[in-house]
Amino acid sequence: MGPALKLVAQRLALGILLLFLVSILIFVGTLILPGDVAQSILGQSATPEALANLRAELGLNDPPLTRYFDWLGGVLTGDLGTALTNGKDIAEALGSRLSNTLFLAFWAAIISVPLAIFLGLLAVRYRERWPDKLISAVTLSTISIPEFLIGYVLMYFVGVKLGWAPTVSTIYDGMSLGQKLNSIALPVAVLTLVVLAHMMRMTRAAILNVMQSAYIETAELKGLTMFKIIWRHAFPNSIAPVVNVVMLNLAYLVVGVVVVEVVFTYPGMGQYLVDHVSKRDLPVVQACGLVFAAVYIGLNMLADIISILSNPRLRHPK
Amino acid sequence: MKDYLDYLKVNAAMGRISRREFMGRAAAVGVTAAAANTMLADAVRAAGPQKGGTIKVGVNGSGSADSLDPALSANQGQTLVTRMWGEPLVELLPHGGIEPVLAESYSSSPDAKVWTFKIRSGVTFSNGKTMTADDVLATMERHSGDETKSGALGIMRGIASMKVEGDSFILELEQPNADLPYLMTDYHLLIQPNGGNDDPTAAIGTGPYVLKSAEPGVRFVFEKNANYWRDDGNAGTIELIVINDDTARVAALQSGQVDMINRVPPRTAGLVDRAPNITVHKASGAGHYVFIAHRDTAPFDNNDVMLALKWGMNRQEMVDKILFGYGSVGNDTPINASYPLFTPMEQREYDPDKAAFHWKKSGATDPILLRTSDNSFPSAPDAAALFQQSLAKAGIPLEVKREPNDGYWSEVWNKQPFCTSYWSGRPVQDQMYSTAYLSTADWNDTRFKNEKFDQLLVAARAELDEAKRKQMYADMGMILHNEGGLICPMFNDFVDASTDRIAGWIDNHKGFGIMNYYAPIKMWVAA
Repeated sequence: MGPALKLVAQRLALGILLLFLVSILIFVGTLILPGDVAQSILGQSATPEALANLRAELGLNDPPLTRYFDWLGGVLTGDLGTALTNGKDIAEALGSRLSNTLFLAFWAAIISVPLAIFLGLLAVRYRERWPDKLISAVTLSTISIPEFLIGYVLMYFVGVKLGWAPTVSTIYDGMSLGQKLNSIALPVAVLTLVVLAHMMRMTRAAILNVMQSAYIETAELKGLTMFKIIWRHAFPNSIAPVVNVVMLNLAYLVVGVVVVEVVFTYPGMGQYLVDHVSKRDLPVVQACGLVFAAVYIGLNMLADIISILSNPRLRHPK
Repeated sequence: MKDYLDYLKVNAAMGRISRREFMGRAAAVGVTAAAANTMLADAVRAAGPQKGGTIKVGVNGSGSADSLDPALSANQGQTLVTRMWGEPLVELLPHGGIEPVLAESYSSSPDAKVWTFKIRSGVTFSNGKTMTADDVLATMERHSGDETKSGALGIMRGIASMKVEGDSFILELEQPNADLPYLMTDYHLLIQPNGGNDDPTAAIGTGPYVLKSAEPGVRFVFEKNANYWRDDGNAGTIELIVINDDTARVAALQSGQVDMINRVPPRTAGLVDRAPNITVHKASGAGHYVFIAHRDTAPFDNNDVMLALKWGMNRQEMVDKILFGYGSVGNDTPINASYPLFTPMEQREYDPDKAAFHWKKSGATDPILLRTSDNSFPSAPDAAALFQQSLAKAGIPLEVKREPNDGYWSEVWNKQPFCTSYWSGRPVQDQMYSTAYLSTADWNDTRFKNEKFDQLLVAARAELDEAKRKQMYADMGMILHNEGGLICPMFNDFVDASTDRIAGWIDNHKGFGIMNYYAPIKMWVAA
């Protein structure tokens, strides 16, 4: 396990460096955007005096470098600060938004990952026959349609016409788990349809690749059933590429679902971030950026570690 | 037949038959749709407000960065929220005029320079404290003064001094202003304990509801204030659910997840209204979509260029294609019939010949550059394209530059010489003109500087004879119409919708949309 531990340590160090660079990028990026937070808060009703007063109160007159290091100092001591726009504690607001996002991503993943892998196996088992073609056609169509359109279509037919599921997915404290699940039924369905194809195709391709090997022929000659060959001999050797794709899609489920959140008015991180970017609320944008970057880096690291552990040659290097 | 209609009315009012069914049955016995609609509204009102139940509102125009401080209210969501828990001194009546709220009565000195508001006694804040004239003074001070960041600062600036005498709050103005009570209806100026200086975001006020849970940009829950001083506020619980996406908001109304929504997109309003249990309400208001040019920048400093652009605007086409009929034509002034003391003037129609005449006379040849973006007003780029075509028929070249939504209000509006924009209007003409057309106004977004206009504006404030004041405003309107940098093709209606689970909608409420934001409070659960 020595090399794996060393790898984890290396990756962690690199990840922290990356997060630091990301925070600088976000800070500079938000500064470049036209207008500032005071202007965005007061909008069309801003007078020069009110703007000046608000800027002074929010500390926007300090030089950017000072503001960045103030922020960095806070983060390093575990204080994300308060939002400039509404004065709310960022850690608290972010915490509830993040847990909502993870809740949605979790249920979408629970359904989509096993389904995608199962469909991939099925496609290999019946490759070039009608089940394979049907699975490919359906999943490729759903990934090709923009997600907001799938959202609207489901909303209209399933929500408005049939009345099976609510069209507004707002969840809040005090709802039971059942109510929450009912509430997110449509966004979970949309996300599943969107991520299915990618993972399914990768599973299919990776296993087919392995199926060309000589040892599969041996297994066939031993008289094993087709499904057993795939499951016992081919799949373990194709875990690495599949895990990579699965992790990318999990990352997408956490950081890339802002459109779905908007369509179903789900109170997740994406909507929270977009609102604050448009108001130039730097501390919130920074905090969200860090969380998103951490999720991406973390999941990719996990993918690498799993691929190494799943491969005996990498697990026990000479 | 009358008995039959009465029977139907009662049933419809009680919610036993749907509105659509009532209209159908009434039509079957020969009653016109308009008459049937009126009958139904009367019957529902006669049945009286029902207390209790929950009203859910789908709200557009709210974000997770919104503050609960009324001084920073800048969108529909914030205004709806603050209306629930807070109250102003005076408020607009539904169909014109002023209603005293936290002021029991008000009066002015004969020269309209000193205004006295007698503060209502026996009103308590939701924290149990009694509301006093000192709280009023502290509130007004928080919204004025050099330190303030309030959106109401523009209104408060003309105040010379404020003081409390007994139970009266007294304002002395630098210049006379006969419209002062209208200014005090501003949605920022809600009375808070100690003026909100202790915690401006505490949401403690004298209003009919108490804030129970607040997640900005997501959901707000209110419960009836048991100690509310008057008989307003019907539902036991009001839930505001933020649904900024147009399609999602309409779908939520159609599937019954919310009882009312604001800002129905005009494009689909006709379709929405066709649903049997949904009524779309339109209310004409003072909001207008505008094309604004800086009169101090070439080529717009040439009045012939302005006139060419004004005659080259096809206003009716704009109302039909941009507002889908949910609005009315403008006449190159910011004022319409929704204002007190309004005088109609001759409508400027689309006339390519006159436009071409003024264009030639101006000697300008270079294309005019118009900047636009979708958030200056809905479908503004489409409106710009229509304008381009109607000008082309007069031989006037217009170039349209599309700007990003993000940053439009800080980088383009009030900075670039010609762009599309939006004004939500003000309760009185003086305020609209002082905000954007006085030479020295902060938001003089047309750089309009006219001495005669300024003199009239100041004179009208002090004029207590209504007929004379009306004439002054008419003269000012004419000056803007002929010399202003404002091209105003249309006034947009407020378009909102509710299901027949709730009743009590008041048509054409003055002020802003959704019954000047009072719909959730004044409506009730009918079924």
